Amino acid sequence: MFNYTFQWNQALKYLPRMLEGALVTMEIALISMVIGIALAVLLTAFRLSGNRILKAIAQTWVEVARNTPALFQIYMAHFGIASFGIHLSPFISLLIGITFNNAGYLAENFRGALKAIPDTQTRAGRSLGMSAVQSFRSIILPQMLRISFLPMTNQMVWAILMTSLGVTVGMNTDLYGVTQDLNALTFRTFELFAIAAVIFYLITKAITIGARLIAARLFRY
Amino acid sequence: MFDTALTSTDLIFLAKGAGMTLLVTAISVVIGTILGIIFGVIRYQIGPIWAAPLTFVLDICRSIPLLIQLVLLNAFFGMVVGLRWPGLTVACIVLSLYTSAYCAEIVRGGIEAVPATTRRAARSLGMTWGQDMRQIVLPLATRVALPSWIGLALGVMKDSALVYVVQVTELLKSTQILITRLQEPLFLLLICGAFYFIISYPLARFGGYLEKRWSND
Repeated sequence: MFNYTFQWNQALKYLPRMLEGALVTMEIALISMVIGIALAVLLTAFRLSGNRILKAIAQTWVEVARNTPALFQIYMAHFGIASFGIHLSPFISLLIGITFNNAGYLAENFRGALKAIPDTQTRAGRSLGMSAVQSFRSIILPQMLRISFLPMTNQMVWAILMTSLGVTVGMNTDLYGVTQDLNALTFRTFELFAIAAVIFYLITKAITIGARLIAARLFRY
Repeated sequence: MFDTALTSTDLIFLAKGAGMTLLVTAISVVIGTILGIIFGVIRYQIGPIWAAPLTFVLDICRSIPLLIQLVLLNAFFGMVVGLRWPGLTVACIVLSLYTSAYCAEIVRGGIEAVPATTRRAARSLGMTWGQDMRQIVLPLATRVALPSWIGLALGVMKDSALVYVVQVTELLKSTQILITRLQEPLFLLLICGAFYFIISYPLARFGGYLEKRWSND
């Protein structure tokens, strides 16, 4: 017991490569978040619309995204789509998987936020002569995004954590993938993953603190 | 898609995987909830300053990918300490800690939702701290905490798909093994997804129902 010699130098040597991986991780999380928010707004609009088919699409999306593992969704985006003859790169599959997940969770958050906005506001907008789309865009949407800012921050953190699942579909440029490759190279499993853990922790902390600063600036009133 | 090479043995293999998923989830949720209640009460009782170390550790459990936590602890037990524990044990330890980190937050929120005046009333009626906790706080906090706790338990079930990294063959891993052999990814993944969905969806709806029912009084 305890006859293990830590060799941090061996692992720290690769820190620049891991930091590059961290950049890719942040890039994936950011892109998936931006597209995810856009899709979630669309899904929310679908749910509000009277059309039954659109409602069913939105409902199915949200329930599947929330009730199956993220890893399953990424598998589906990679191996599932591949069985239709479309072969995507791991980067794109991972992006699709995380975006699908983000959109589902965010749409549910938006629904919660909508409950806090009184119906009368839409009606007031409509009676001022706005169209349904106009009143949604310029009255409901800004308030909805504001109320769900905190859940969005949480989802961003989740997106960062979810990028580590990309390794299952062969992704090897994100932080987890790079660490895995280096581990195969050097066998310093504990040291390398400990460093990766610290980087992940710092990224998530930076996001939560950054979001708090942005919120303080944006929502002063 | 409909003429499949899936045999009954394969179905049993999948069912075993599903059983493993449920087993890991059940153990982790039970231990994690007990730990979470203890951590949550401690954090509430000793105040934010003294609880800072505990808060920090629980925060770490929530801001590092579960995959890394599993690999790291597995490497720690296997290489550093030199214990040859089975993957299932490591998986349950990591998932329990992970559950407890979220559960502590839920418990703290639940306790804070009980009005201070109610608790003071209990104490001035001569109840001890323990009695107050058991008979006043527990029933009132449960109302607030149970819906989120159901969500947490389902989250742990979904996250248990990651324990394949410590050589535990749960549902998603067994599906992947079968995909490698049968080369029918879509069909097998749909079966696997349906299983998760069938367990998760009704419980999630039940949680939502409880939340709605208990919130308006």
